[in-house]
Amino acid sequence: MSRIAGLFARKSPVFIGFTVAGDPGIEASLRVAKAMIDAGADLLEIAVPYADPVADGPVIERAHVRALRAGTTADDVFALVRRIRGYAPALPLVLFTYYNIIHRRGPDRFFAEAAASGADGVLIVDLPVEESDEVAPYAARHGIDRIALIAPTTSPERQHTILSGASGFVYLISLEGVTGERDHLPPGLAGLVGAVREKTGLPLAVGFGVSRPEHVQTVVAAGANGVIVGSALVRLIEEHAGDEAGMQDALRAAIATLRRGLVPDPEPDIP
Amino acid sequence: MKPGRYGIYGGQYVPETLMSALIELEETYERVREDPEFSRRLSWYLREYAGRETPLTYCSNLSRDLGCRVYLKREDLLHGGAHKLNNTLGQALMAKFMGKRRLIAETGAGQHGVATAIAGAALGLPVEVYMGEVDTRRQALNVFRMELLGARVVPVVSGTRTLKDAINAAMRDWVANLGETHYLLGSCVGPHPFPRIVRDFQSVIGEETRRQILEREGRLPDTVVACVGGGSNAIGIFYPFVGDDVALVGVEAGGEGLDSGRHGASLSAGSVGVFQGALSYLLQDGDGQALETHSVAAGLDHPSVGPEHAMLKDSGRVRYEAVTDAEALHAFRRLSRTEGIIPALESAHAVAYALRAADDLDKDGILVVNLSGRGDKDVADVANLHGGVA
Repeated sequence: MSRIAGLFARKSPVFIGFTVAGDPGIEASLRVAKAMIDAGADLLEIAVPYADPVADGPVIERAHVRALRAGTTADDVFALVRRIRGYAPALPLVLFTYYNIIHRRGPDRFFAEAAASGADGVLIVDLPVEESDEVAPYAARHGIDRIALIAPTTSPERQHTILSGASGFVYLISLEGVTGERDHLPPGLAGLVGAVREKTGLPLAVGFGVSRPEHVQTVVAAGANGVIVGSALVRLIEEHAGDEAGMQDALRAAIATLRRGLVPDPEPDIP
Repeated sequence: MKPGRYGIYGGQYVPETLMSALIELEETYERVREDPEFSRRLSWYLREYAGRETPLTYCSNLSRDLGCRVYLKREDLLHGGAHKLNNTLGQALMAKFMGKRRLIAETGAGQHGVATAIAGAALGLPVEVYMGEVDTRRQALNVFRMELLGARVVPVVSGTRTLKDAINAAMRDWVANLGETHYLLGSCVGPHPFPRIVRDFQSVIGEETRRQILEREGRLPDTVVACVGGGSNAIGIFYPFVGDDVALVGVEAGGEGLDSGRHGASLSAGSVGVFQGALSYLLQDGDGQALETHSVAAGLDHPSVGPEHAMLKDSGRVRYEAVTDAEALHAFRRLSRTEGIIPALESAHAVAYALRAADDLDKDGILVVNLSGRGDKDVADVANLHGGVA
């Protein structure tokens, strides 16, 4: 069983933390990841920095810029994933990337390197199902889950098509818009989770806008198997620029607070 | 070939949230292009409001100097001062047919923003224009023009603060406001169906040119030249000639020279990549990050190009050449003096290439240059570059 499937088999709901590789610097980024893991992130989404992140709001866009200014390349991202894998051998790791990073490297090489570095899944934010045959065979060849995205605007027919090629878990986008913290999650969330639940046995995780413990509760109450938190954590890196100890403390505190929104959950029996 | 593809190029590389809007746009476009009421209204706006058809001007002075027959397709005389209005009137009218209540647009030189503001004012739709903060300073007059026309200009301070970042910002707005908003993309770039919609609305340039040159000369031209940034004026004039025995030349921004790395020539010096929703040629680094570009013409200062141009390059049907800032500035002055027509710096790139290409034509050779915009917006900049003396 893959690490992703194993995680959801023994634990639900789970907490998924997002970070941009190389933010605020390449070495510091490893320490950010370790702090998130220590604080109880069950799965890490690691973004490959990209200069034109159109699906992201201002907080995460600035993280991409910081990482690129620090000189982070795709090679650095794979090296970072390898070191995180060394630190947390059982933790599922998902690469979050824009497609041109993969296109430029060539999909076969990208997925080979992702697998070799210890990544379990790849989520391509700007590759809809219409274009996904460009990567599907390579993801399969290298044993990498392709994490599918479903938006509130996705029609039932499209949901079906998307789910037919999905593996690992399904990323449900909570709202119409880019990533970023919001005061409230949209009221239709439970309906979206329920509609997708009827079409797939894969675990469902909800992201975009999830930034407070009460949002986490809402997501769990909607029936999701996981919550994904990005901007609320990335913002702490920006706010504590130059104070790494304070940054790590803030990340640990934020994750502990957000985790309280998950239903009381027994200690995982990790073999 | 998959739908929305030009050879291998094009496609829809966008976040899932946008797919429903692209599907709706494609369905609407298929419907309105068959709708006689839409055609009737668009023809009225193009004729009575925008001033079509535009003249195809025989340049007697330049023709004498160059030793061939030079014509200019006068999109500079279109209302607003550039070809951009052909597309914005078409898309704004389409937005009305879709029941949208708000237009958003990106702009580089400001010409597309102005043309969107004009179309929005004429059709009663509020307009917000995203513009890189650097460009708002380079093209301050167009910012004022847009505001005068009732549009709100939003300076974009992310990334390189130029056109590509304005497109990113507009896409982010669109993804958050899909129900009420139409994103009025200004060039033949981006995800399907935009490249096709923009090409179709701009093809009026080539259709008129074809008819006008046949009336005037009794035959098709030898060469048609147009500048290429995103490529909308070029695809507009080329498309009706693609099946003919006519040489087509697209002229890119050579900036300070292709070897300098400071240019905007994605077809001449780029490689294949995905950018802002489409597979095309792209100026990018080894990891696939778009490179910073440079051109004296803000409207050509962009790292990528429309996917149909990528196909036309590979097939060899269109030749793409680069012209430097210096050559464009020379052509800017020369056309102003010899013909009394001040071209936009973008269009001056096409004029500059025509000055070169004329050598290959004999005295009966016919050269058509798409004069895509007028240069009033650039006069202050050029004066500053040359200490006030053109």
